[in-house]
Amino acid sequence: MTNENHSGDTAALRLDNVTMRFGSVIALSGVSMHVDPGTVTCVLGDNGAGKSTLIKILSGVYTPAEGSFLLEGNEANFASPRDALDRGIATVFQDLATVPLMSVWRNFFLGNEPTVGFFPFRRLNTKYAKTACKSELFDMGIDIRDPDQAVGTLSGGERQAVAIARAVHFGAKVLILDEPTSALGVKQSGVVLKYVLQAKERGVAVVFITHNPHHAFLVGDRFFLLNRGKMIAQYERADVSREELVRAMAGGAELDALAHELESLSSE
Amino acid sequence: MSAVIAETDERVARSSTFVRIMRRPEIGALMGAIVVYVFFSAVDTTGTFVGLNGAARWTDVAATTGIVAVAVALLMIGGEFDLSAGVMIGTSGLFAGLLITEYNIPVWPSIALTFVFAACIGLLNGWLVVKTGLPSFIVTLAMFFSLRGINLGVTKLLTDTVRVADVDEGEGFDSARTVFAAELWEPYGFKVAVVWWIVLTVIATWVLTRTKFGNWIFAVGGDKNAARNTGVPVNRTKIALFMYTSMSAALVGIISLLRLRSMQAGQGVGEEFVFIIAAVVGGCLLTGGYGSAIGASIGSAIIGMAFIGIAYAGWNTDWSWLFLGLILFVAVLTNSLIGKRFQGGRK
Repeated sequence: MTNENHSGDTAALRLDNVTMRFGSVIALSGVSMHVDPGTVTCVLGDNGAGKSTLIKILSGVYTPAEGSFLLEGNEANFASPRDALDRGIATVFQDLATVPLMSVWRNFFLGNEPTVGFFPFRRLNTKYAKTACKSELFDMGIDIRDPDQAVGTLSGGERQAVAIARAVHFGAKVLILDEPTSALGVKQSGVVLKYVLQAKERGVAVVFITHNPHHAFLVGDRFFLLNRGKMIAQYERADVSREELVRAMAGGAELDALAHELESLSSE
Repeated sequence: MSAVIAETDERVARSSTFVRIMRRPEIGALMGAIVVYVFFSAVDTTGTFVGLNGAARWTDVAATTGIVAVAVALLMIGGEFDLSAGVMIGTSGLFAGLLITEYNIPVWPSIALTFVFAACIGLLNGWLVVKTGLPSFIVTLAMFFSLRGINLGVTKLLTDTVRVADVDEGEGFDSARTVFAAELWEPYGFKVAVVWWIVLTVIATWVLTRTKFGNWIFAVGGDKNAARNTGVPVNRTKIALFMYTSMSAALVGIISLLRLRSMQAGQGVGEEFVFIIAAVVGGCLLTGGYGSAIGASIGSAIIGMAFIGIAYAGWNTDWSWLFLGLILFVAVLTNSLIGKRFQGGRK
């Protein structure tokens, strides 16, 4: 694996003019974006905007048909999601991040189990796994009672937090979060957003994909707006207010038209 | 690590040793086994059930059930079923028997080839399940009926009867019989299959709870997508479990072949659900992701005690099926109640 940066590109991840087609359907068209280390980059989009396709390109499920995808200045060319994972791109999918019936420590080390001894007596280092899991979660600000408790007994926000902490622990350079707050209440969303900032503090390039501009505004450093497969706007945090973001997200004129339509309905 | 983590958390103190034991998946089966043992000791008319003579009898049934039930339990924890596990006993026994009697291959190489053959059937089961995405219930049901037909068809074709006999004329039969079908500890006559059963249960438990592969078994059965997202080789794990199940059935097939010196073409049919009952009584969830290998072995012990206990009580052995049905229902109900009480609402 080469970490050398050929182009002097400081971005952890850069998409340039990426287009993705499925038969005659154009899912993404000429999308460009970049994500810097130690920042939170929010991708905002409504249903059908192309968020899922974008996530699947970033996590190595699809290879873009056109355009370039650079990881630390090098062509990504992921062979599989496992390849993307090995090269430092961790994706936390909504509801598909942890196994509810398994204990916290087993989930934390799933796919990266620490072992001791030699074959055929190689076994899990359970003592290390339990203490490391507990202290790593504690450092992220998650205080679990017992690493032996099933993940299913944690709240939704804590489950997402465990998945985020796991990605950070295993050295993710880029962390992709797919709608991490969409199924959660206000308080639980706050828990998750706190860990998003924790990951950022540790120098991870976070890609936060959401349809909720309020949550995005709380943690984002840069905002990309995706609509009908195109990147229609880009804002830096300093240049945008929450109201502008909400309005842009809702599609400004479209929202006015919708308001007008609803008014005429109620007046009938 | 900047923070100092206390070895024990004061909030965990509530989980007493009692609750920890009650949380084990096999606890329901263990309590059931004690009840069943006491019950059949009480109704015993021969006076031998409690002693070592009785134990030698019921552990034999338990062993030949348990060897496969433990594999079926691991497969169920991995989220799949194998309905061909019963008929595989017959298929592999016939396969070995025909190699010995019709093709004059010595007994030991025939046994080795039978395990390779069983591994291939398991590979086919697993490959079809992961490639087609069809439920393993359907895929292995199809395998069950295919093998049932092949067992009868091929046996009739080669021997003109529905059984393979005179296996003891094969070269190396006596040494193979010592390893797979001998009797130990005279005068009680414990079967060597009991040793195989206990050893395999210990190994399966160790693999399930203490190795990386065991972690993957729980993960692929608990949530296939989450497992795949964290980099677990889901398909390989499932295929390996199907292969282990078929090979454990082959072991029982070889044990019966060497013990009886012959094999009926219909052997093993109907056993597949007995294995699933043992696994479920032992705490496996039908939905996967939860269970224990020791539990499946205790479930097998209950089945062994029931079959022998009913005979010793002087009742018609036909009643044992009714008993199995009741045991299954009561055990699952108990497991579910214990689960709710001690796990805080686990499904």
